[in-house]
Amino acid sequence: MKTIEEINQIREAKRKELDLRVNTGLDSREKHILVCRGTGCTSSKSPKIIEELRRIIEEKNIPNVRVIQTGCFGLCSKGPIVIVRPEETFYSHVKVEDCEAIVDAVANGTKVDRLLAKDIDGSVVERLNDLTFYKKQKRIALQNCGVIDPEEIDEYIAFDGYKALSKVLTEMTPDSVIEEISNSGLRGRGGAGFPMGKKWAFVKMAQGDQKYVVCNADEGDPGAFMDRSILEGDPHCILEAMTIAGFSVGANQGYIYVRAEYPIAVQRLKIAINQAREYGLLGENILGTDFSFDIDIRLGAGAFVCGEETALLESIEGKRGQPRIKPPYPANVGLYGKPTLINNVETYANVTKIILNGAEWYASIGTETSKGTKVFALGGNVVNVGLVEVPMGTTLREIVFDIGGGIPNGRQFKAAQTGGPSGGCIPAEHLDTPIDYESLAKIGSMMGSGGLIVMDDSKCMVDIAKFYLDFTVSESCGKCTPCRIGTKRMHEILTKICEGNGTIEDVEKLDVLANGIKKTAICGLGQSAPNPVLSTLKYFRDEYVEHVSEQKCRAGSCKALANIVIDPEKCKGCGLCKRNCPVNAITGEIKQPHVIDQSICIKCGTCVDKCPFKAISK
Amino acid sequence: MVNLIIDGKNVSVEEGTTVLAAAQKYGIDIPTLCFLKDINEVGDCRMCVVEIEGRRGFAASCIEKVQEGMIVKTHTPEVLEARKMMLDLILSNHHKDCLTCIRDGNCELQNLAKKFGIKKINYEGSMNEHEIDDKSPSIVRDFNKCVLCRRCAATCKNVQDIGAISSAGRGFESCISTAYNCSLNDVDCTLCGQCIESCPTGALHEKENIDDVWKALNDEDKYVVVQTAPAVRVALGEEFGMEIGTNVAGKMVTALKEIGFDKVFDTNTGADLTIMEEANEFIERLQNGGALPMITSCSPGWVRFAEKNYPENLPHLSSCKSPHQMFGAIVKSYYAEKFNIPREKICMVSIMPCIAKKYESSREEMEVDGVRDVDYVLTTRELARMIKQANIDFASLADDKFDDPMGEASGAGAIFGTTGGVMEAAIRTAVDTLEGKSIDKIAYTEVRGEKQIKEATLNVAGTEVKIAVASGLANARKIMEQIKNGTCPYHFVEIMACPGGCVMGGGQPIKSSKIRATVDVAGLRKAAIYSIDEKSTIRKSHENPVMTKLYEEFLEKPGSHVAHKYLHTSYSAKPKYELGK
Repeated sequence: MKTIEEINQIREAKRKELDLRVNTGLDSREKHILVCRGTGCTSSKSPKIIEELRRIIEEKNIPNVRVIQTGCFGLCSKGPIVIVRPEETFYSHVKVEDCEAIVDAVANGTKVDRLLAKDIDGSVVERLNDLTFYKKQKRIALQNCGVIDPEEIDEYIAFDGYKALSKVLTEMTPDSVIEEISNSGLRGRGGAGFPMGKKWAFVKMAQGDQKYVVCNADEGDPGAFMDRSILEGDPHCILEAMTIAGFSVGANQGYIYVRAEYPIAVQRLKIAINQAREYGLLGENILGTDFSFDIDIRLGAGAFVCGEETALLESIEGKRGQPRIKPPYPANVGLYGKPTLINNVETYANVTKIILNGAEWYASIGTETSKGTKVFALGGNVVNVGLVEVPMGTTLREIVFDIGGGIPNGRQFKAAQTGGPSGGCIPAEHLDTPIDYESLAKIGSMMGSGGLIVMDDSKCMVDIAKFYLDFTVSESCGKCTPCRIGTKRMHEILTKICEGNGTIEDVEKLDVLANGIKKTAICGLGQSAPNPVLSTLKYFRDEYVEHVSEQKCRAGSCKALANIVIDPEKCKGCGLCKRNCPVNAITGEIKQPHVIDQSICIKCGTCVDKCPFKAISK
Repeated sequence: MVNLIIDGKNVSVEEGTTVLAAAQKYGIDIPTLCFLKDINEVGDCRMCVVEIEGRRGFAASCIEKVQEGMIVKTHTPEVLEARKMMLDLILSNHHKDCLTCIRDGNCELQNLAKKFGIKKINYEGSMNEHEIDDKSPSIVRDFNKCVLCRRCAATCKNVQDIGAISSAGRGFESCISTAYNCSLNDVDCTLCGQCIESCPTGALHEKENIDDVWKALNDEDKYVVVQTAPAVRVALGEEFGMEIGTNVAGKMVTALKEIGFDKVFDTNTGADLTIMEEANEFIERLQNGGALPMITSCSPGWVRFAEKNYPENLPHLSSCKSPHQMFGAIVKSYYAEKFNIPREKICMVSIMPCIAKKYESSREEMEVDGVRDVDYVLTTRELARMIKQANIDFASLADDKFDDPMGEASGAGAIFGTTGGVMEAAIRTAVDTLEGKSIDKIAYTEVRGEKQIKEATLNVAGTEVKIAVASGLANARKIMEQIKNGTCPYHFVEIMACPGGCVMGGGQPIKSSKIRATVDVAGLRKAAIYSIDEKSTIRKSHENPVMTKLYEEFLEKPGSHVAHKYLHTSYSAKPKYELGK
């Protein structure tokens, strides 16, 4: 149990020690080798790299060099990532065998040139912040990710950790905290964008002998890993924010509902909770005040619908994860029937920064209606796959082309999908849309929790709609008719179209059904499930029509519709296609045009990729 | 009061009222499917969607609470299209074999399809295929007809506090299931059949024994005797379009004779016999320090519940068989002997308001010297079907009387059909016995009515006797918990598995959600039962001359050795779940 004074002392001492983490120009005798231990880099052996680095340092008895595990640096496609501080040297795609060279370079004050990351234009980048990837980003929620060791509470404290909580408990009242949050303009990052100040005020005003604070960490959108990365890289900032929330709304118990599929996040949360309890930052009489608050973890069992707030509450209560009827909203009747504040991870991750830097500072970032930053998990057909945090109002084009580095393999941008299975596909014509809640909704998509999948022209939009529906169908809880049966029927119609059996009536039927489901489903999952269909029908209707009237899939990804042919004009008769065909469908003499037997061809497309003369097309 | 506008009408209702209820109050009908008043108000099926001005999507009126100034439209073209779409989707995953379905003509889904003029399914697609569970002697679960309204699961959980069935699986594959998807026969289901009463379609129904009975009737070697339970006569008429609560005893007897039963007897007489034994057993326990409270045992759903959940409390159950089992045993012994009919030739058919009676009659204890007490149990609904199959114009039948010598019954026997009836009947006899004279008080209104657990303290021959009446298994559980932790203050308790007693049994005519929401079905049927009692000349079981004669000629006295052989039974602990069976 520590007093505020003791926490301040830890902060001061530790901050000096860790200055080299953020102060690039520092002439430091100490060197910190930071290794990403986010899920991506961990799965490509970063724990082994840490082990090896430490072994070599010890073996060679190199002084003043420490190896630190951190959360995600964001540029996942370059992982495993190793950064040397204070110089900020950025090594990408590091292998266990590279460790000795890195240690030697650190010891000699040099760099391992072959491991230095390359920027989009191919130029070698010496320092992390020189990468174009980071230039348009602004890290608030991700502030500590990649800077601190998430398993060390003192490192968190060093970078102003638990300072906001001290301030709240000693200098502020619940009302002044809520006012600050309100003035900051922070909106929920879970999808709908509800104003946070309002939500907190509702819970505070609600009558109840017991109230709860819940953190929704059941991040379920395919391709989304924003919340996971925050939990993995900076778990204490969530605990601190939840405690502040507890103080503000009058709750003394919090729950973090986190997916069991996030083992690293769960482990780090457990460590963080234990450390916070040890320091008296959770539990009875926090920091010697009369405020008590504790947090427990509840694991999700892998149901997407449990990310819906009321289904999540049901699940915590041990019931079947099904949405409740709203109203009443959780603010009045929530967990165990008590007033409950429920926010997602990223929302909480902004709270401590708002308290410390003030509402005005936060409100100065972003657009008129959407304040602050938004974290996106950038994925799909884009050069820089990873985690990005940008001020609200940044355009889609900036994210995809400036930060993301554009489309690889010389292909064209076709669409970007935001909002996961609940969002929509945004075509090239809307690339200059600023990212904020209202603008995205206006073009038929949504902010969602932050998944952003880029698609190039090799993607069939009917097939993409089918992919998302496939997800919704298997994740529907089955409670209401439109979601339970309607999404299944939409998926069946899409399958029929992709298989070349669709008719123009099917396309129309799909439209009617999608709109019907949107208007009748109970919860957000069902109401937004048709969005991938509706947005593709809106922007790519001609592709649907081509599928049904011309039996053609222009992207060539619907196998049943693909007809792979060799252009005899272009074919040089090299035989490469013939040798690579897995079913021996191609015949032809050397230096003579080859022919594909359509009755044997399985439309795998191997020949298309192999042909050096681009003579084969789908 | 909250003021709003529904379809242009100014509506004023109490705060907390749903849009559906508000509309209903002002004569505006909104179709529903999953809605079951007070039991299942969940807004799942989306049939009752309405348009509320200023809302993005439609709202389910069954759960949407009224708000001041709300403007509701219940049948805009868009709303009607949405409802049609819901219906279309439900039908697309439904076995549409209506002609051969047990609920043909009394199916809420069929009625909706008719109402909306569904001529073809727009969204045909794959369908779920499920095995039919017909393992138990009482109930059949055909999941292929389920519309996932969850009315059954809500009834099982919210009304009966059992939860034998609930939601399982996800999305299109979600279904109502038992523990490990076992047969209802092998789980904690009590076979009360309340789920059948709640089911809007043919997904849950009784296991039919109509064909067995027709076969017996056509077997020249069989002497087929039928008995009818007290609650059947006040509900059977409903199946022929008569008003709820019409006593059709006379027409029923005529119909049974026309169908061809050799004898038509009254289970009310069996009820009198039960009282003779049960009142005696109670006095015995009271005077000789037996297990108290003594609890009635006429309701087989309740007995199965006790055996599965409270084996330690089983000594509290009266050892008396239920009236129809007692009656069956007597017909196949005393009556057979008296009229010289070989007992193995007698086929005993019981017409019951209950599906658990089918299970009860199959219990191995329910026989004497290798002869089953009862051979077949038919529900009220099955009898109605038999009458229709025999092409009998029920409404125009003349009245007839039950056959002698087992046709005379007291008013006490009649009231067995409602909650509190067994207690009242037993008290009428026990009081006279303890006081040693005929007491004038007949009606014990303390044990009548709607209260979940009714209690009273009677002063009988200087002794204070505390009695209680509970119906519905949720209330039964409360009493059993009291006994378990030693806080039960009663001497004598009546328990019926079905809320309201046998008039609302799982074998009674099924009433639509709308009727259940707007008509006091239980009250009307009960009133008919009490009216039978009031009109009876004999109102105490022990004053029934049939009883006097039966004891003189055969049973000696209540609780005698002979009586025990034919009229009493025993109970044993049953596993709650028999997985892997």
